[in-house]
Amino acid sequence: MTDITLDSKVPDHPIEEAWDRHKFDMKLVNPSNKRKYTIIVVGSGLAGSSAAATLAQLGYHVKVFTYHDSPRRAHSIAAQGGINAAKNYHGDGDSVWRLFYDTVKGGDFRSREANSYRLAQLSVNIIDQATAQGVPFAREYGGLLANRSFGGAQVSRTFYARGQTGQQLLLGAYQALAEQIGKGNVELYNRCEYVDQVVIDGQAAGIVVRDLLTGAITSHGAHAVVLATGGYGNAYFLSTNAMACNVSAAWRAHRRGALFANPCYTQIHPTCIPSSDEFQSKLTLMSESLRNDGRIWVPVKAGDDRHPGDIPESERDYYLERKYPSFGNLVPRDVASRNAKIAVDEGKGVGPLHNGVYLDFADAIERLGADVISQRYGNLFQMYERITAEDPYRVPMRVFPAIHYTMGGLWVDYHLETTIPGLYAIGEANFSDQGANRLGASALMQALADGYFILPYTIGDSLAPRLGEPVPDTSHEAFRAAEAEVHDRYTGYLSVKGSRSVDWFHRELGKILWEYAGMERNRAGLEKALSEIPALYEEFKTDVRVLGDDRSLNQSLERAGRVDDFFQLGQLLCQDALDRDESCGAHYRSEHETEDGEALRDDEHFSFVSAWEFVGDGQPEVLHKEPLEFENIHLAQRSYK
Amino acid sequence: MSGTAAHPDQTERAPFPIEFYRSALGKKYVMAITGLVGLGFVTVHMLGNLKMYIGPGDFDHYAEWLRELLVPFFPRTVTLWLLRVGVIVAVVLHIHAAVTLTLQNRRARPVTYASKRDYIAADYASRTMRWSGIIIALFIIWHLFDLSWTGTDYHFVRGAVYQNVVLSLSRVPVALLYIVANVALAFHLYHGVWSLFQSMGWNNPRFNRWRRGTAVAFAVVVCGANITFPIFVQLGVVGHLPAGA
Amino acid sequence: MTEPNAPVASSPHGTLDLTLRIWRQAGPDAPGAFETIDAPGISTEMSFLEMLDVVNERMVNTDEEPIAFDSDCREGICGSCSLMINGQAHGPEHGTATCQLHMRSFHDGDTISVEPWRAAAFPVVKDLVVDRSAFDRIIEAGGYISVSVGSAPDANEIPVPKTVSDTAFDAAACIGCGACVAACPNGAAQLFTAAKVAHLNLLPQGEPQRYERVEAMVDTMDGLFGSCSNHRECEAACPKEISVDFIALMNKDYLRAKFKNRRFLSRKP
Ligand SMILES: Cc1cc2nc3c(=O)[nH]c(=O)nc-3n(C[C@H](O)[C@H](O)[C@H](O)COP(=O)(O)OP(=O)(O)OC[C@H]3O[C@@H](n4cnc5c(N)ncnc54)[C@H](O)[C@@H]3O)c2cc1C
Ligand code: HEM
Ligand code: HEM
Ligand code: SF4
Ligand code: F3S
Ligand code: FES
Repeated sequence: MTDITLDSKVPDHPIEEAWDRHKFDMKLVNPSNKRKYTIIVVGSGLAGSSAAATLAQLGYHVKVFTYHDSPRRAHSIAAQGGINAAKNYHGDGDSVWRLFYDTVKGGDFRSREANSYRLAQLSVNIIDQATAQGVPFAREYGGLLANRSFGGAQVSRTFYARGQTGQQLLLGAYQALAEQIGKGNVELYNRCEYVDQVVIDGQAAGIVVRDLLTGAITSHGAHAVVLATGGYGNAYFLSTNAMACNVSAAWRAHRRGALFANPCYTQIHPTCIPSSDEFQSKLTLMSESLRNDGRIWVPVKAGDDRHPGDIPESERDYYLERKYPSFGNLVPRDVASRNAKIAVDEGKGVGPLHNGVYLDFADAIERLGADVISQRYGNLFQMYERITAEDPYRVPMRVFPAIHYTMGGLWVDYHLETTIPGLYAIGEANFSDQGANRLGASALMQALADGYFILPYTIGDSLAPRLGEPVPDTSHEAFRAAEAEVHDRYTGYLSVKGSRSVDWFHRELGKILWEYAGMERNRAGLEKALSEIPALYEEFKTDVRVLGDDRSLNQSLERAGRVDDFFQLGQLLCQDALDRDESCGAHYRSEHETEDGEALRDDEHFSFVSAWEFVGDGQPEVLHKEPLEFENIHLAQRSYK
Repeated sequence: MSGTAAHPDQTERAPFPIEFYRSALGKKYVMAITGLVGLGFVTVHMLGNLKMYIGPGDFDHYAEWLRELLVPFFPRTVTLWLLRVGVIVAVVLHIHAAVTLTLQNRRARPVTYASKRDYIAADYASRTMRWSGIIIALFIIWHLFDLSWTGTDYHFVRGAVYQNVVLSLSRVPVALLYIVANVALAFHLYHGVWSLFQSMGWNNPRFNRWRRGTAVAFAVVVCGANITFPIFVQLGVVGHLPAGA
Repeated sequence: MTEPNAPVASSPHGTLDLTLRIWRQAGPDAPGAFETIDAPGISTEMSFLEMLDVVNERMVNTDEEPIAFDSDCREGICGSCSLMINGQAHGPEHGTATCQLHMRSFHDGDTISVEPWRAAAFPVVKDLVVDRSAFDRIIEAGGYISVSVGSAPDANEIPVPKTVSDTAFDAAACIGCGACVAACPNGAAQLFTAAKVAHLNLLPQGEPQRYERVEAMVDTMDGLFGSCSNHRECEAACPKEISVDFIALMNKDYLRAKFKNRRFLSRKP
């Protein structure tokens, strides 16, 4: 066990000035020297594309890798609801401080104050940058930007582009990246998967990648590597994430020495379309903005299978409005998700498989008229009808929670650098500033803040003193060894020739995690998972069937590599959930709840970041703690009543 | 791997019209403009030919009037020749653009679909522009010999335009050929007249609704009238020739 | 043998017995051909790609290499899915990507043929997977507004009429799936290119680079794809129902661009 001291490098200035003064303290790379540095960015989502475009604009030589066929396909494209910013254009009392406060409070006091404040501070610049790039945000009739409110906030601070905010923001970043590719400042390697991190003398020296079309395993040296590879929600198999989202990039870096923080903080989105059957490959998210006008309810009596239209108001339980008068249907995600699970567990579930709750727009349509509702949610209603063949204008939507976002990720300091010097993690891939629960519309904000406004400054601080260092040579032994390891791993999957498909194992792993490490966790369940997952993992190693070869496109082989890493991550997730013997944000231990069923934190013993160190296959990971102090926001029991 | 995009440099450019015509969009502009010229011609020409219903005198007089256009400013037939050159250039450019675009389209999909394509919006007219175009081109060549240059195996008398029309169109196969050609022109205009608005960038919610109607109107009026000529010649409505013709 | 990997479709809704003719092709240069695959017991609730997932799982059971196809978001926004289904791009439903197409659009006993997009600019990679990076080349040529990070004015300093912003949004909704090219009889990429040109050229922010942008993008497109004869098949196949009106707008801007960027006679060629 190496003696890793978790230095968060938070500058000791008053929090309002911390970032601005720190920018002055950081060392700079002279513009003419920037082109001497090679930076690798893995991932082309909001974080990766914005970082790569900004670094290239500054003059660095940038290489971007993505397993997608084009940078524009990254999973950020699917974000719907919106992006927060402390612009206070709506004049309802918002400010950087309030966004900072809401973020820390929403994160249930488990995030690093300095990061959360910086995020709120930079949120304003993101909207300016995106608007200048041509992102078509929604506008009022006067021509200025429109806002709407989102769960967990009492102010309207969310900017949106109908129901496709993620798409438009990603297109803005992708277009900025495309400009740099067109001008030759960025080399794009598409359909190319990062499969290992190379560290020489304790410094990130480059990466090993696998060309998905030819199976070729090659190395690329660099002065710095940036992982912007998204979240690990797909460990649960059924999630709102895109099919190919995975943890492999972060996990492979973790195995090479980058500590993994708070893996058990996995957020569940309250309003997704319930799965219609066993063959379901993915769950579809219905944007949280729907909760602005939709009212959530279930029949008062369990097993009431009447058509919703036939259930009178008196026999409907609008349970969020009942339990949380002030926030009502706009409570944060974890509160909304947990209450939906309670309703279904009490047998009040709706729909053919009794696995949902109603999200009803009847009152809103009556109050505002169908055309206002269609103006706000037209494409979401259309998407819902296309999947379920039910018309939300006439029949209330059926929704149920699903795994959605992962607050956990690679541990990073204030510079977004992991515990491997020269290796950075940004966007959903890092243990973000979101604490134990992310507010709606804050992930896009964080990914873009990291990519546009934080990393380009902080990466210079560590590169400046290394002027004159050549790009690490990929003929170095470390690269050769890593390539050989990767080759053996992938040919290994092919040689097992077992009886069960990769997806079968992934689906079974997902069931275990959803059952024992999903919306509600307890000691017994987690211990059971910690025995079942390793057993299933052994079965995977000896009985997985992967057909085809490794010299052409082989999507099963790709998935085998990702599921292998999901098994390892799944065990760490349960280990972390077991170790964190408290409830906070999305991590809900049934043993720790207040008398009215709210998450009961144990700030005295658990006000820290759990950063886990990989010490070898089959060995339990070692916990390192980064204590969290809250000088500016006083620790308080969250209440959305 | 990514490539880099070449930006056309200011200095390497050909003069504007040439460089514009080199691009596919430029060719489509030219096809639209030349199509308009062709449209103008066939419309005026149709209106002119309607005179055959009034009688041979008026018809031949009209033909003669064409030769007398802008006399004495221009000597006899010079205006007519200028117009002819204009139409010829238009048709040549139209065909050249059509051919080069068709080749570009073929290169764009060397391996065609193995299963049958099921088109939604691309209607029969738009998919057969090449064939209707070729039919029109062949017709024009035949037609010039038939009624303008030498006549085709009938007693052709230069200047006796009415008589030539009657003699030529009274032959069933020739009448059918005129009908087929004009049906092809009808399809060509049905798509072409709507399509040229797109190519010229003339697109405005205010008049978009009228574009399809305009195309139908031209196709029906111009080709409809043209088709009546061979029919009525065959039916004898046109053609009570003076004795000794 | 062991019980099948594939979950038996136990859905309470209807089930279909289908025959699939799927294009199989080992690699870019390998010859390809249709392979007939039986697909019994397919639930009408499945999406088209979930049906292919189930078929693939069954093929793994019987030691046959699964069908390769592109997909990711499965909700019609990433543009990865790209199948020609019964001769129509993205299948029979209007304004629907392949992944949004549900099996309730088919009938028991149907034969469904599935092919990749066909275009010189979209070479087949394997089975139903094609390489659409030609689209990235068009965007790289000029499909952007140059903003050096941090220099943007306050967002509300650029008021944009709501109607203009909404129209720009309609154009910006393009997901880059390539159905327009696949459906177009000429293999033209007009709708994709025009959507991005219109999105950026309609907005005041796009004004400074308006004519340089349309010229660079169209000239790049011209070299890779066919020409547009205004068939409007692209608009019909587009999952985002993007209008061909944007093509007309691009044509107008292109004429102006060529004229504005023309070589002045004073300068020798
Ligand atoms: C359905 C949905 C709706 C959402 N809605 C909202 C919302 O309304 N508001 C909000 O704030 N947030 C929302 N989120 C969350 C937000 O979209 C994500 O957190 C954010 O987009 C993550 O961006 P990113 O750049 O970190 O990662 P991603 O966008 O996931 O990008 C990951 C990139 O890494 C690449 N990559 C990954 N692994 C490898 C590898 N091994 N090798 C090579 N490349 C690799 C991928 O190709 C991809 O380009 C939503 C998320 C989902 C799933
Ligand atoms: C006087 C007769 C003609 C008229 C009035 C006419 C008119 C038109 C018009 C208006 C268009 C639409 C242009 C556009 O899409 O912008 C068109 C297209 C076309 N014409 Fe003609 N045309 C005539 C003769 C011909 C001839 C002789 C040919 C011979 C090949 C031809 C071949 C075509 C083709 C192939 C197209 C479609 C080109 C494309 O969009 O790819 N036309 N025509
Ligand atoms: C069926 C209907 C038509 C009839 C009866 C007809 C008749 C004639 C006649 C009589 C002439 C000779 C006029 C003269 O010498 O001044 C002529 C010339 C010509 N026609 Fe037609 N025509 C018909 C259709 C068309 C069509 C459809 C086209 C084109 C697509 C066309 C193209 C021409 C051209 C180019 C000339 C030569 C013009 C000139 O030399 O002055 N005609 N036509
Ligand atoms: S224009 Fe439509 S069909 Fe073409 S790429 Fe965009 S979304 Fe796909
Ligand atoms: S189908 Fe093709 S011809 Fe033009 S209008 Fe659409 S690109
Ligand atoms: S899979 Fe993303 S659009 Fe169909």
